[in-house]
Amino acid sequence: MNEKSKHSSSILAYTSGLAFALLLTGASFLVSHSHELWGPGLPVGLAVLAIAQMGVHLVFFLHVGSGPDDTNTVLALAFGILIVTLVVSGSLWIMANLNGNMMPPSAIMEMAR
Amino acid sequence: MSATEATAESTGVTNLNVSGGEAGPAPVAIVVSYGFWIFLLSDIIMFSALFATYAVLSGQTDGGPSGRELFDTRNVAIETLCLLFSSYTCGLGSVFLERRSLPAFYVLFGITFVLGAIFLGLEFHEFAGMVARGAGPSRSAFLSAFFALVGLHGAHVSIGLIWLAFMVAQTAAKGPREFVLRRLRCFSLFWHALDIIWVAVMSLVYLMAVRV
Repeated sequence: MNEKSKHSSSILAYTSGLAFALLLTGASFLVSHSHELWGPGLPVGLAVLAIAQMGVHLVFFLHVGSGPDDTNTVLALAFGILIVTLVVSGSLWIMANLNGNMMPPSAIMEMAR
Repeated sequence: MSATEATAESTGVTNLNVSGGEAGPAPVAIVVSYGFWIFLLSDIIMFSALFATYAVLSGQTDGGPSGRELFDTRNVAIETLCLLFSSYTCGLGSVFLERRSLPAFYVLFGITFVLGAIFLGLEFHEFAGMVARGAGPSRSAFLSAFFALVGLHGAHVSIGLIWLAFMVAQTAAKGPREFVLRRLRCFSLFWHALDIIWVAVMSLVYLMAVRV
């Protein structure tokens, strides 16, 4: 592939990335503002759309691919995703448990007396 | 097998060396972009701690205003479009710089800067409006977490704008030389990563609050 066509193919990549990202952003706004989606399922729907859009950004804008030169990038990314998942889901899980097991405020006042 | 090869193989980083398998250090461009990628991931991990904090505290309004009352989704939509298009023009600008067409690069990076500045202006306007109606960071745990998360993203965008201006000045002064191109590649990685973080902010902070 010569230089010129390499450049036009990367312009094409950026443009299709922009189109996908716009589509997914539009879907997120639509889903959160219409009542098409069942209320309690909304967080899941938004999370799926957000993760899809992050994938689009990674592939089309940050050029994370499956080529042999990308192995290290992908491995580091996988490790980052692992840590992010642990931090976010772990915090939510622990804090929800603590909230659930917390003494009602009236009982705390009783003990303080 | 030389010592370098042995270490490379035992640590699994064999393809940092892209020069065709012969021993020797990897080219600077490869090492720098990989190191910068590690920095970006650690930055995203820092953000994940604030995201977790926000997710835990988003309901704790202490009788104060909730996100639903405070957030203006039209504003958020404009901010999102600004960042998305600035990411696009930044990507196109770097393609044109690799192609050595400097005028197109200046125009595209100028647009990137303007869009980033519009984003910051809108965010500052939003923050000022919230503080003015008594919903500052000290009002409730929810608002502390909100200002910490969204404010940190805004600080990153501000640093990005300063870096962008610096890189354009450097390109003008030194020309599209190898080290300038390398730094610009790092800058566009940074700018695209900020866009990824904004996608999470937009979904978790603003859109979740619309119907909750």
